[in-house]
Amino acid sequence: MTSVTIRRPTDWTGIIFAVVLTLVIVLPLVVVGTWAFTNVWRFPALIPQEFGLRFWNQTLARADVWSSITMSLTLATTVTFLSALVCLPAAYAFARLDFPGRNILFFSFLAGHAFPKFGLLVAIAGIFLQLNLIGTFWGVVLIQLVGTLLFMIWIPVAAFQSVDRRMEEAARDVGASPMRVFWSITLPQAGPTIAAAILLSFVGTFYETEGAWLIGAPQVRTLPVLMISFINNQPVIQYGAVLSVLLWVPSFIALLFARRVVNSGSFARGFGG
Amino acid sequence: MSVLKIKDVSKIFPNGNVRAVDSFSLEVADGELVCLLGPSGSGKSTLLRMVGGFERPTSGEMTIDGEDITHVPPEKRPTGMVFQSHALWTHMNVFKNLAFGLKLRKVAPDEIKRRVEAVLDLVGLAGYGTRHVAQLSGGQQQRVALARSLVLEPKILLLDEPFASLDQHLRERLREEVRDIQQRLKITTLFVTHGQDEALSMADRIVVMRDGKTEQIDRPDVVYREPQTPFVAGFIGTMNLIEGNVANGIFSKAGYSTPLPVSDGPAILAVRPEALDLAVASEGSQGKVHRVTDYGTHGLVDLELNDATRVKAMVSHPDLFRAGQGVTLAPRAIAAYRDGVVIHRA
Ligand SMILES: Nc1ncnc2c1ncn2[C@@H]1O[C@H](COP(=O)(O)OP(=O)(O)OP(=O)(O)O)[C@@H](O)[C@H]1O
Ligand SMILES: [Mg+2]
Repeated sequence: MTSVTIRRPTDWTGIIFAVVLTLVIVLPLVVVGTWAFTNVWRFPALIPQEFGLRFWNQTLARADVWSSITMSLTLATTVTFLSALVCLPAAYAFARLDFPGRNILFFSFLAGHAFPKFGLLVAIAGIFLQLNLIGTFWGVVLIQLVGTLLFMIWIPVAAFQSVDRRMEEAARDVGASPMRVFWSITLPQAGPTIAAAILLSFVGTFYETEGAWLIGAPQVRTLPVLMISFINNQPVIQYGAVLSVLLWVPSFIALLFARRVVNSGSFARGFGG
Repeated sequence: MSVLKIKDVSKIFPNGNVRAVDSFSLEVADGELVCLLGPSGSGKSTLLRMVGGFERPTSGEMTIDGEDITHVPPEKRPTGMVFQSHALWTHMNVFKNLAFGLKLRKVAPDEIKRRVEAVLDLVGLAGYGTRHVAQLSGGQQQRVALARSLVLEPKILLLDEPFASLDQHLRERLREEVRDIQQRLKITTLFVTHGQDEALSMADRIVVMRDGKTEQIDRPDVVYREPQTPFVAGFIGTMNLIEGNVANGIFSKAGYSTPLPVSDGPAILAVRPEALDLAVASEGSQGKVHRVTDYGTHGLVDLELNDATRVKAMVSHPDLFRAGQGVTLAPRAIAAYRDGVVIHRA
């Protein structure tokens, strides 16, 4: 074997693409990240005059920040858990059973996302007002639950449909009840894809602001809602920046997980790939 | 000691209104291996899946040892099914695949271990327990699938073309292994195949199916030697089926004639290639040699009657024949069919 070196022409399109992406995505992140660890940064200096954790101390000393972090985590966990509880069996039914109205019901989940979301939210808020759900934890749970339906139905349906029916039948054959087959065979088989759906709905719920604000404010305050109010009401940029960095944490962890799932290849299989 | 009885079972699929199985009856004796043999779409899988509980019969009933199982769900039936696509659970290793059913039956862990190891030994996979399904060859996967059913000691073993995805060589070996195991355990077995070799070499009895109905149920040698219908005659082995006419005890077709002691009318004459002698004839020839194939141990002569009807004959000295030659035909054993049933055999 002789090794051949192929000189590739400089890929200018690729380079321009990379540069633009860097400017658009990375630069704002760097700016926000820098602000979060800045004590003094006065115009027109290009780099801050003084780095430090002063605003971290100040931000984390605030009770409303801690209560909103707890609130956000509790909300996202509750919503994701309930959503899984409701949606996974429903998705299984959509994937495996044929019942009257199946298709209409299936597409209705999509329809919920076809309207401008805010309009829908306001309409729901009207109903919640009558039900005394405005400003309550469960009101926000309910509204965010609606937001997860799309991920938690459509993706798992694809995942369940790609599970070999013969595997399920073989499990029935050795004595497993339909419920047992679902837990021991179907769910693990569809596992990676469903994990991705659960992750998406957790992250989506964690960052959801419109519903949380419209239904929850002012009693229920999630971290993103708090951040918005900080940015709107406080002249200090660092508060918003620190909260932004805090908010990165869950999505960063989610990304790490998602990478593993997607790399495993079973994610593509979930879509019949 | 298990007997499977299928009585007048029909299955009509609502979509498309297909009568997949049509008033089918069969009794499989204790320890017997019965092959369901038939062309694609003849209802073999549907019938097997009804016995396993995966399809509901439209009508009829099934019993195992006298107990009605017609409406019993699959998990409560004493049947074990082996699927064509092994259907092993890929998220479990071999041991867990085999142990799953035992765990559901609340068998003690050390007993589970003992039984799984014994059955792995039986299928020739001792020590493979920790392997993952994907780390096995096709043949090994199918053995594990068989073991998964056997470990539960089902009363009735059901196999749906378990070797269809394997290569010829492996298929023949597994066929023998399965037959061996089945006879050792004396397990009542229903085996679906559309390979006649498989049926002929494994079965105690063969059920030839067509359009959801039984064409013939008999021992393999009987099915081969005495097919009851022209369909069976044409389906099992190679058979020359010559459609002609009988007048005054003589069957004739395009210049070929032979005595056939049946009443006048149309008839199908059936002759196996190995039961058809040929002689080179300079005059009065009944057919013309089209092609000669030498297989070393024997030869096969393709010939044409005067109207281009193709006939095959097996000969021991293929070098005696040449394309274009005229020949006369002398069948040693014949059968004749009319209206789908046998009317004469000699
Ligand atoms: N779920 C179903 N819905 C509708 N029709 C079906 C269904 N399953 C089978 N059929 C039809 O029933 C008939 C018998 O099918 P079956 O699978 O039992 O045949 P088979 O003998 O096993 O064929 P093969 O040798 O190809 O496996 C076919 O016409 C088939 O199209
Ligand atoms: Mg079949």
